[in-house]
Amino acid sequence: MSFWILTNAVFRREFAGYFATPVAYVFIVIFLLSMGAFTFYFGQFFQSGRAELDVFFGFHPWLYLFLIPAISMRLWAEEQKSGTIELLMTLPVPVTAAVTGKFLAAWVFSGIALLLTFPMWATVNFLGSPDNGVILAGYFGSWLMAGGYLAIGSCISAMTNNQVIAFVVSVVVCFMFTISGHNIVLDFFQAWAPVFIVNAISSFSFLTHFNAIMDGVIDLRDLVFFGSLIALSLFINSVVIDLKRAD
Amino acid sequence: MIIIEDLVRRFGSFTAVGGISLRVKKGEVLGFLGPNGAGKSTTMKMITGFLAPSEGRISVCGHDIVEEQLEAQSVIGYLPEGAPAYPDMTPVQFLSFIARVRGLKDEAAQKAIDLAVARTGLQSVLGQKIETLSKGFKRRVGLAQAILHDPPVLIMDEPTDGLDPNQKQAVRSLIRAMSANKAIIISTHILEEVDAVCSRAVIIDKGKIVADGTPAELLAKSPTKRFDDVFRSLTTPDAEIRVEGGQ
Repeated sequence: MSFWILTNAVFRREFAGYFATPVAYVFIVIFLLSMGAFTFYFGQFFQSGRAELDVFFGFHPWLYLFLIPAISMRLWAEEQKSGTIELLMTLPVPVTAAVTGKFLAAWVFSGIALLLTFPMWATVNFLGSPDNGVILAGYFGSWLMAGGYLAIGSCISAMTNNQVIAFVVSVVVCFMFTISGHNIVLDFFQAWAPVFIVNAISSFSFLTHFNAIMDGVIDLRDLVFFGSLIALSLFINSVVIDLKRAD
Repeated sequence: MIIIEDLVRRFGSFTAVGGISLRVKKGEVLGFLGPNGAGKSTTMKMITGFLAPSEGRISVCGHDIVEEQLEAQSVIGYLPEGAPAYPDMTPVQFLSFIARVRGLKDEAAQKAIDLAVARTGLQSVLGQKIETLSKGFKRRVGLAQAILHDPPVLIMDEPTDGLDPNQKQAVRSLIRAMSANKAIIISTHILEEVDAVCSRAVIIDKGKIVADGTPAELLAKSPTKRFDDVFRSLTTPDAEIRVEGGQ
């Protein structure tokens, strides 16, 4: 059977799983509440008097840092804990199809949560005349970045059968990816590392790539960055699952 | 249909399966017996491709489980130990997922699900979440999943564990009814079950085969003609619960 039929079967099961339990609803409510709280209280959205969503998008990396690992922690850890991994891995499903299906379900789910922030978009359009192209780019960049966090989280979830460990480690790793372009990090390396290493570390920064897209410029390099990060993480994810057979 | 040659499986320095060779033909119901930790489940996990063998070969319907894993897995129905299933799904959703993964579509899928449900007596709980089901029903959901695609090879790890006597009887008749055109391996430590459903019994102890024959042949090994005595004389008791003489 084709790869995509099997990926789709896993995708549908996973995706339905979010809505079969309160997980989806709790997550979406918390996601929307925290997005709103950060934008309006800390971001001083109204006081800024500008019809744009920069403040709103600016908080996304930091909220994702905690909210996305909350989705990704269960992807594989739960299957390994409950033993359903044995069922899944003895069905004629390639590991890569299972990994892709699970990832896509989580990614689409986070996309839905993101789309439900549309009242923000409606608000700025009601109050002023924002550049909707820039806003669209912001949403797209935010979703891409969520995919990056999710892929890293999924990979880490595969390495443990404990969801708490998966969550904590994912937050730490995602944090490092988020701030790797920040001066605090770069100063530490600049003192002794060669320039190309400092540049390499800086280029892994989610913030740098996301900010570039948020400005309304969808550069191929930023797409390639998130795309290859997702692909690489999912590849490692598959290898980790495969290695457990021989463990 | 199942050919196992010199199968070895090590976990670190511990050898769980130490060189097992077996052939199971169509029409045979092979009962896998042995004390806890003898290597029954590990062997079944290797036949179904969940664990990779450390040494040796397994071929199912002509497909090598390592070289042609997906082909081999598509002709196997497997009930893992403890009958794991996704707790947030209902039996109908769960079986539909399995049908999709097994390549059954629309009418064929519906027919297969109806038949499996009828054979395992799941009609009354089809709309209930699996997590709310009793142990016996959960086991039957696992059974239904294993026989759904009418596989030529059926591997079941303790299929009657946790069932009441009536349910045990029903599952045994089901296995007998399916045995004519399948190769079946079941593991059990209920000795009467061997006599009731198996055409052949293999006793393993410490990862090695210590007896292989029809139930009648095995009984002939003991002067008392009781399975318990055959089992005890061939296997090593657990050191911790052995009662030393005179203590």
